[in-house]
Amino acid sequence: MIHSLFLVSTAGHIFLEKHWKSVISRSVCDYLFEAQGKASAPENVPPVIATPHHYLISVYRDRIFFVAVIQTEVPPLFVIEFLHRVAETFQDYFGECSEASIKDNVVIVYELLEEMLDNGFPLATEANILKEMIKPPTILRSVVNTITGGSSNVGGTLPTGQLSNIPWRRTGVKYTNNEAYFDVVEEIDAILDKSGTVVFAEIQGVIDACVKLSGMPDLTLSFVNPRLLDDVSFHPCVRFKRWEAERVLSFIPPDGNFRLMSYHVNAQNLVAIPVYVKQNVSFFETGSSGRLDITVGPKQTMGKTIEDVVITVHMPKVVLNANLTTNQGTSTYDPVTKVLVWDIGKLNQQKVPNLKGSLSLQSGAPRPDENPTLNIDLRIQQLAISGLKVNRLNMFGEKYKPFKGVKYVTKAGKFQVRT
Amino acid sequence: MSSSSAFNDEKGGSSSVGEPEYGHDPASGGIFSSDYKRHDDLKEMLDSNKDSLKLEAMKRIVAMIARGKNASDLFPAVVKNVACKNIEVSPPRPSRYRDISQTDPNQLIRASALRVLSSIRVTIIVPIMMLAIKEAASDMSPYVRKTAAHAIPKLYSLDPDQKDQLIEVIEKLLADKTTLVAGSVVMAFEEVCPERIDLIHKNYRKLCNLLIDVEEWGQVVIINMLTRYARTQFLNPNANESLLEEGGEKTFYGSDEEEGKEDKVEAAALVVKRKPYVMDPDHRLLLRNTKPLLQSRNAAVVMAVAQLYFHLAPKAEVGVIAKALVRLMRSHSEVQYVVLQNVATMTIKRRGMFEPYLKSFYIRSTDPTQIKVLKLEVLTNLANETNISTILREFQTYIKSMDKDFVAATIQAIGRCATNIGEVRDTCLNGLVQLLSNRDELVVAESVVVIKKLLQMQPEKHSDIIKHMAKLTDNIQVPMARASILWLIGEYCEHVPKIAPDVLRKMAKSFTNEEDIVKLQILNLAAKLYLTNSKQTKLLTQYVLNLAKYDQNYDIRDRARFIRQLIVPTDKSGALSKYAKKLFLALKPAPVLESPFKDRDHFQLGSLSHLLNAKAGGYQELPDWPESAPDPSVRNVEVPEWTKCSSREKRKEKKVEKPFYSDSEGESGPTESADSGNQSGCVCLSQPVNSSPDSDTGSGSGSGSDSGSEDSGSESGSEESEGESDSEKDEKDKRKSGKKKAKKTAPESEERIYVSFCVALLLKCSFPSPQAASPTCGPLKTYELLHRITGEGLAVTYCFSRRPFTGDPHMVSVQIQFTNNTEVEARSLRVLEPKLQSGMRIAEFPEIDVLPPGEISTVVMGIDFCDSTQAANFQLCTHTKKFFVTIQPPVGELMMPIFMTENEFKKEQGQLMGMNEITEKLTLGEGCRGDHVIIQRVISTANLSRVPCGSAMECRFAGKTVTSGSLVLVTVVTKEERAAQVTVNCEKMLIGTMLVKDILQALSQ
Repeated sequence: MIHSLFLVSTAGHIFLEKHWKSVISRSVCDYLFEAQGKASAPENVPPVIATPHHYLISVYRDRIFFVAVIQTEVPPLFVIEFLHRVAETFQDYFGECSEASIKDNVVIVYELLEEMLDNGFPLATEANILKEMIKPPTILRSVVNTITGGSSNVGGTLPTGQLSNIPWRRTGVKYTNNEAYFDVVEEIDAILDKSGTVVFAEIQGVIDACVKLSGMPDLTLSFVNPRLLDDVSFHPCVRFKRWEAERVLSFIPPDGNFRLMSYHVNAQNLVAIPVYVKQNVSFFETGSSGRLDITVGPKQTMGKTIEDVVITVHMPKVVLNANLTTNQGTSTYDPVTKVLVWDIGKLNQQKVPNLKGSLSLQSGAPRPDENPTLNIDLRIQQLAISGLKVNRLNMFGEKYKPFKGVKYVTKAGKFQVRT
Repeated sequence: MSSSSAFNDEKGGSSSVGEPEYGHDPASGGIFSSDYKRHDDLKEMLDSNKDSLKLEAMKRIVAMIARGKNASDLFPAVVKNVACKNIEVSPPRPSRYRDISQTDPNQLIRASALRVLSSIRVTIIVPIMMLAIKEAASDMSPYVRKTAAHAIPKLYSLDPDQKDQLIEVIEKLLADKTTLVAGSVVMAFEEVCPERIDLIHKNYRKLCNLLIDVEEWGQVVIINMLTRYARTQFLNPNANESLLEEGGEKTFYGSDEEEGKEDKVEAAALVVKRKPYVMDPDHRLLLRNTKPLLQSRNAAVVMAVAQLYFHLAPKAEVGVIAKALVRLMRSHSEVQYVVLQNVATMTIKRRGMFEPYLKSFYIRSTDPTQIKVLKLEVLTNLANETNISTILREFQTYIKSMDKDFVAATIQAIGRCATNIGEVRDTCLNGLVQLLSNRDELVVAESVVVIKKLLQMQPEKHSDIIKHMAKLTDNIQVPMARASILWLIGEYCEHVPKIAPDVLRKMAKSFTNEEDIVKLQILNLAAKLYLTNSKQTKLLTQYVLNLAKYDQNYDIRDRARFIRQLIVPTDKSGALSKYAKKLFLALKPAPVLESPFKDRDHFQLGSLSHLLNAKAGGYQELPDWPESAPDPSVRNVEVPEWTKCSSREKRKEKKVEKPFYSDSEGESGPTESADSGNQSGCVCLSQPVNSSPDSDTGSGSGSGSDSGSEDSGSESGSEESEGESDSEKDEKDKRKSGKKKAKKTAPESEERIYVSFCVALLLKCSFPSPQAASPTCGPLKTYELLHRITGEGLAVTYCFSRRPFTGDPHMVSVQIQFTNNTEVEARSLRVLEPKLQSGMRIAEFPEIDVLPPGEISTVVMGIDFCDSTQAANFQLCTHTKKFFVTIQPPVGELMMPIFMTENEFKKEQGQLMGMNEITEKLTLGEGCRGDHVIIQRVISTANLSRVPCGSAMECRFAGKTVTSGSLVLVTVVTKEERAAQVTVNCEKMLIGTMLVKDILQALSQ
């Protein structure tokens, strides 16, 4: 299926290649560069490019193109999903998925790729199995390796997890502190129009878990109000039948960090938009200037404070500079990328943050027709905006008493205000 | 480091890629300049005795390969090192690998050896590879078999001549029943012999049932293959649309609940004269078993299921996929891109499906352009009379976007909405006309092109718009737009008789500076005007034609020559010129603005070919539905050889009864799942014990040594039988070693569902105090431990509560009831000095401090009887007396129920033949008529659970002994009159014999 993999930096430098079948010349990447040249931004490069003899399927992540070369029919999503899995594995192993970190760990990267794909077909993609075979780099190990000239990172043990029917969990896990943490993270996706009315809003959530429990725990997580959940998708460990019948999550967790489920909240529940935005961005025909005035304030916050509020505005090309004053936070305008960022921080009830001032336009250029949209970022701790609540977490199959914790966070997802 | 700089430069100055720094290693200096030499030194390093040097050499080679340098000449030296260190290798290597792959006791090493062997791309080792694959395909370890499946495409690509032999191996592996192998072998099938659809028949139901537990990548491959399979084997569920709308389809298969619900309208079928559509139960099975996978986290799996439903499901059921696909839109932009492409195709055929999710396709300014354009496509496809106003309002915001490509796409989308929905045509047209005064030329040009298409539909109404557009020729420079305007004026010159000649005049002036496409339209305009209004335009036309005659572009010269001959009457001009007007001013049909995604669905959705709208190499066409369904019985599975002896007659009957749906393999899904629900009560007693870590004790002998001994055993058997029975053997092996390992690996996920049931039951029944829960079945037999006379007023009875003993899974729990019939209170009741057979253990009940007169007290104690009916002797003490008492368990209490499917049952039974099987004939007792009596009697005799069974004449029960966990399988077959036969299969012959006796007695009463 997957013939070869190239990792290409945004600058067009191929810094890693791996072939599972015969070697394919790196010149196939020229087609990617060509597409990149046409596209205005790396995100706009089409994920699938047909070349005379091959097909390139690429994903763009962390400023790296992961380019898979294939020769025959294969579901494109299969490849895309796999490439993302590769990137996630790198992230998991090296803490970040960047050109530098991959170059630093080239040997491990090769070992990983060799195990993840056999003859182009995915073999071991579960982090738990991979970590059993190939140890992630640690400072201690690299020091020891340099001093002793010691062996590679390939683990001495055989990956027994591969044989089990629960491949996501490695065996023989032992912790002194047994703990299980669950983060309920909800994101509000919304489009508000000029007048502040909601064009579209929905809540998407995920439950990320960090489970460090010894042995083979069997966990059951139940919700106070599972009816809220409209559409769900699960980590393979979750027993789907049980969810269908009883609306509880029953699973044997993987070891470490993983995404237990993601969900979509029933659309009938009206979404509480936590902030209101009043904005006025206008450009004048004469004098090549414009005016900007944005006010943000808390609305429906359920008694919690809204933190980390950041407003980002992509300005039209003709805006040369911005001369703005604010009563809270800082605002910066980057004249090269034409992005205005206003970092507000916490929202207070008493003082309403406001940003206003003038915009200077390129002289002679016509007044821009379009109005920029505002992208809003925010975070509310201790609150799941949909009202979802975890009822309890039970553990079976092990004797000890684990430490359990649930955290709620609400964030803005793709939250846009049109002007 | 300075000395390594030369080395780096030599490699093209690329920044050092995690390259180890070689310090003053003489080998890495700049002296060796040629490639040849450098490899030489690497070879030297590899050959050296120092491990550190070797390691550095290896690292450098890896770095070289990372840059795409050819390091193949170092291969021998590297291999030598690998070999020397890890496994004592004697050349020739490949055959050595083969040996390892066959003989190593550890399955992981066998698998790795096969992987290495199959990755060597040298034709000379093809025979060795072939042998190794064949051997591995009948290995006992499913993991090794999986590796064998992976090796098949490798060998095939190396030597396609081996196809026939490989197909044999594939056929064998397809019959494998483990989830681990299924995905890989189907992948091999797809690469080697996708046309051999006949290989799938027998395995179809099994694949459907295993699907949910296969790893995610395998799921994608299997689902795609099954889609193609279903297209060749089943009838089109949407052929009788009208019938479907009436409410549902009728199936033969009525026993199952779910089916029953869908089984609504027979009447509807009668109304329609055509033959009513009947969904094949296997078709239904596929749809049902894939549906849960829509909840997968893997986008590829979700997409695979979605395309399966789109291509195979009845129209009424396709809707379920919409929600899942919309969910994928939250994922990475690449995923969105692919999903949107597919949604776009789907919306053309099944618009209603996505209508509720209209808003999810609204466009954000931060979306990449390609995503925006695709979303626009979907929105356009979804537009209808009811939602068009919302959509148009949305489009209006898009037109203001900064992304001009996207704005152009929006204008085209508006055009399409206007052509499709008559009501809004005027509104759209007016909107577009307003855009004509937009500042951005691209926007204007796009509008002109779209307006031209719209006007063609009803030109007479809109002569003012044409006039407006004619004015634009002065300003618009975009060739396509200019050409469009000219064409419009030419075509409708009769509506604008005054303006048209003037436009031509202007154009003639600028003719030489125009683009080719515009020049052609100028010629066109000139010709049309000449024909309609030759008085005013004759000279102008001549002038334009003359200019064109000397144009650089031959197309234009040709066109000019052609037009001149056609329209200007000369002596030589032929008959055609009479028809010139008809030729040029024929009524032209209005263009239909079509989605580029129309008709894309002849490619299988989700495929690369669909995405590219061109056939990719290796694409398998999605076949059309057959006219009439092929024989469905090809999917019936023969009962394997080993169960025949016990129930041959039964099977014959079964086949006669259910020709369409032989579920002798228990793979029918519906029955199985329905039954498993009922049976799960019993599972809960055994499974949690399984997964508890207590049983971990003494698990030192891992699976390695264990499977090793089995291995040698199996190899000594004759070739043929080995091949056949290996998979079963392996199942057993796995089970056994699993048990010995004492479930370090927790409940196997094949049993995941069952386990979840049992956990559910645990929740319900294990938290209230054990005494309070009701017994598993019927009243419990009570035995006397101490008569009230011997006990001097203290009466003690016991019974076997059939609950797992909390604290130790190997113990049978015994419920003891004390009754104080005396006038005084009895104190400190407790167990003393148990005298036990070796190995037996007792968990004493907590001491009862006081038992007041007339009161009753109940306690539970646990006894490990070591799977024997030997009595447990101990003393029962009060504060004054001691009594010697004895508890002797009936053999039926030494076991606990386990749940298994009919399939598993047969498999296990097949392994407990010969000495382990005890069969007795009997005549059923008077009161013993009907299934439920038999079941009740057997279950009250022995602590077993019922195994679902397709035949009414057979009852099956399964359990395992409490201490050693040996399986106990009971089959009761009833025959004519009251004759019956009891068969017990159990590893422990003694238990088997005693159990048969007990059951005989219970049944013949």
